Amino acid sequence: MDIELRHIHKRFGPVHANNDINLTFLGGRIYGVLGENGAGKSTLMKILSGYQPADSGSILLDGTEVDYRNPQIALHYGVGMLQQDPLDVPAFTVLENFIFGAIGARGYRGHAAARLLREVCSRFGFELDPDTPIASLSIGGRQQLEIARLLALGVKTLILDEPTTGISAEQKTILFNALKSLAKNDGLSVLLVSHKLEDVIALCDEVAVLRAGKLVGTRALPATPSELVALMFGQILEPAQRIAVNLDNAAEAIRFENVTLRSKRLQVKDFNLNVRAGEVIGLAGLDGSGQELFLRACVGLAKPAVGHIHFEGRDMTGASFRQFLAAGAAFSAAGRLEEGLIAGLTLTEHTALMTEHHPVIDWGRARQRTINRIQTYHVRGTPESQIEQLSGGNQQRMLMALMPESAVLLALEQPTRGLDVDSARWIWQQLMVRRDIGAAIVFSSPDLDEIVTYSDRILVFYAGRVTEIPDARQATIDQLGRLIGGHNEEVPR
Amino acid sequence: MKQQAWLSRVSLAVAPIIVALLLTGLLVIAVGGNPLQALTEVLRGGFRDVASFAGVVNFWIPLTLAATGLIVTFTAGLWNIGVDGQITMGAIFASAVALSWNLPGPLLVIAQLVAAMIGGAFWGAVCGFLKTRLGVNEIFGGVALNQIASLATLYMISGPWQPPEGGSVRGSPPFPPESLFPVISDEFSVSLVMLIVVVISLVMIGLALRGTRWGLSLKATGQNARSALLLGVPVNRSALSAFIVCGMLAGMAGAFRTQFAFTSPSIRPLVSGGIGFLAVLVALVVARRISWLPLVTFAFSALLGGSAQLKAVLRLDVALVGVLQGVLVLTILLFNGLRTRLESRTSDRSGTSATPTPSVSGSEAVHG
Repeated sequence: MDIELRHIHKRFGPVHANNDINLTFLGGRIYGVLGENGAGKSTLMKILSGYQPADSGSILLDGTEVDYRNPQIALHYGVGMLQQDPLDVPAFTVLENFIFGAIGARGYRGHAAARLLREVCSRFGFELDPDTPIASLSIGGRQQLEIARLLALGVKTLILDEPTTGISAEQKTILFNALKSLAKNDGLSVLLVSHKLEDVIALCDEVAVLRAGKLVGTRALPATPSELVALMFGQILEPAQRIAVNLDNAAEAIRFENVTLRSKRLQVKDFNLNVRAGEVIGLAGLDGSGQELFLRACVGLAKPAVGHIHFEGRDMTGASFRQFLAAGAAFSAAGRLEEGLIAGLTLTEHTALMTEHHPVIDWGRARQRTINRIQTYHVRGTPESQIEQLSGGNQQRMLMALMPESAVLLALEQPTRGLDVDSARWIWQQLMVRRDIGAAIVFSSPDLDEIVTYSDRILVFYAGRVTEIPDARQATIDQLGRLIGGHNEEVPR
Repeated sequence: MKQQAWLSRVSLAVAPIIVALLLTGLLVIAVGGNPLQALTEVLRGGFRDVASFAGVVNFWIPLTLAATGLIVTFTAGLWNIGVDGQITMGAIFASAVALSWNLPGPLLVIAQLVAAMIGGAFWGAVCGFLKTRLGVNEIFGGVALNQIASLATLYMISGPWQPPEGGSVRGSPPFPPESLFPVISDEFSVSLVMLIVVVISLVMIGLALRGTRWGLSLKATGQNARSALLLGVPVNRSALSAFIVCGMLAGMAGAFRTQFAFTSPSIRPLVSGGIGFLAVLVALVVARRISWLPLVTFAFSALLGGSAQLKAVLRLDVALVGVLQGVLVLTILLFNGLRTRLESRTSDRSGTSATPTPSVSGSEAVHG
């Protein structure tokens, strides 16, 4: 099926998530949709699959304009989406789930459905036992079931959101073969949303790249990972001439000693790092490559499975976040209102949480401290404003204002996320002041420019593997692109 | 402009009451009664004479104590359904003291109250421990603990506290005279001590929630436990302390029930009288506005006090008042939701409006 998107716009409050997107997807081809977190690719796919409406713009299927308000109607037209976490019913068996999604559309009988399921499975090599409960299936298995279900519903366009996250290599091969066969033999259009460039390169015929809500380009494959990275991140600006800081005699802020970190889907293995006071370390990598895990390990929010973490020379392996906080670590997460600030509390209440430690709170003093912070950090708001009434930039300023001034280590997840250029620059001025008085800064960012501009050293994460670039000033877009895309190599020293 | 805003606020407060009365009125008509007459009887019923007014106050005292406790847990984002069991445990601990300790009167009264606080706090702490350490949702834990507390009552009554005349599960023997809470007068049999306890509890909890680090920590935990943790709040400890404080207040309500709920002070099955669940409704209605609490609990108590008149005068079932209260809570919540929607539509920023009560998902995050 041919799909044409014309002038798609979608706004979420001040964020222009999709800004005039024009794209064509032809039947029989596999497309990669690329972009960093927040680039707008998920939004676009949700619009195409009926999970949310566009503000304006039109969708043409095989030349006919369609208007769909929900996923059922999209499915009726033949557009189906496979979510990152497949939408199935854990209590059902494989067969029940297969039938469940089809009820109303077809009305299968059980044995007919079972036969259909067997056919799909044998064609693509899926190993699905109809009587297995969903709850005991792997993500890969649930994904296969979901594909089978969508195919049985007659989809002609298949959208997949990060399908290779959390599945085995073998399942990935099966999946890719199935997708290739569906495109070549059945004329389906397949859209793959992914961060993983190797997957995109292995599978797709063409890529569309989004950045900050806009379509920045399409190109036919093959391409090298660094070409794709360049498209995704834009050209790197010449790094500002920074004064090299002499850190030879600087005290040690935090040291990782043979640390292994594990999360559900990722492992950062046997990791060594020594961060000194006054040093800035930038973490690069596609979303979910291990930076988040590492940043959280810096402040006790993730505990190492193996190894030791020393904070200012003290062994703090396994210490809690509160212990790290007391020792002088500070953390800010990418999602400000989810982790960090509390909707429903005023600015004064936030300040009081950080500064008033006596049993009875002196609200007058807390308010005065809030006023001081509002002035110092140019926060647009009053002490009585609730934090969610502030704009994103002002929330970030407030978050910065709440960080203890004596902090030894600032672990910052995307500190300028969603901010305009001026606000971002201002935040960095403040951070540099902190660095100059001896704070070590470790931060992640999807913006390579930001990383190269402010870091002394860069760590590039790829699927949990860490490569160090010891001098950020030497980093080039090519080199970063290759590392981010997973091509390990000798780093020139 | 200002007057208009004030007007709309008042009408939003009054409207749910009118809607609830209309709906319940329809029900009265359906069962063949006269709704206006029924309403008058209920409203008058609690104030017929001194004794009936004392009855209202004696219901108000434990309801207010339990609801005050619930404000604490609700502030921390916890649905403390287990409050009924905490009342029951308080009653059991108080009864143990009343039935077996030998102390002069005033001391024995104080000892009963202290024991009740320990009992309620213990039961609250069990719920909090299950929640914060083992990840058991406090709603499920609370329901189970309510059940266990009821069974414990039955066991004590049919076993260790069996009356000398033997084998019944109707109740323990009457408490000895020294254990009785002194009342203001025979006509107006209300305990002055307990009135003072209620007032002190209300004032202390109100001040603590507004002005202390503990109160702020609870609020932060309730609004967003994840962020609260990052701002240095010991969220699990906060949640646990909320359960304990609520349990202490509910426990005293239980002690009070053993003294005043039955014809003679004793412990019987269903000693809580469902006050815990009624208190949950009250807490839902007042959300965190503790200054409203005594008024709302008084209105609920007066309605219940008048409900006996329905049967006596109109031959309608007393459950009608329960229906009215249930419908009232629903309409109030409905109108609250309506108001939040209207407000978010008029203001630019939608989404994260401050929720008056804990959301189940929000409280989930406390664990961990």
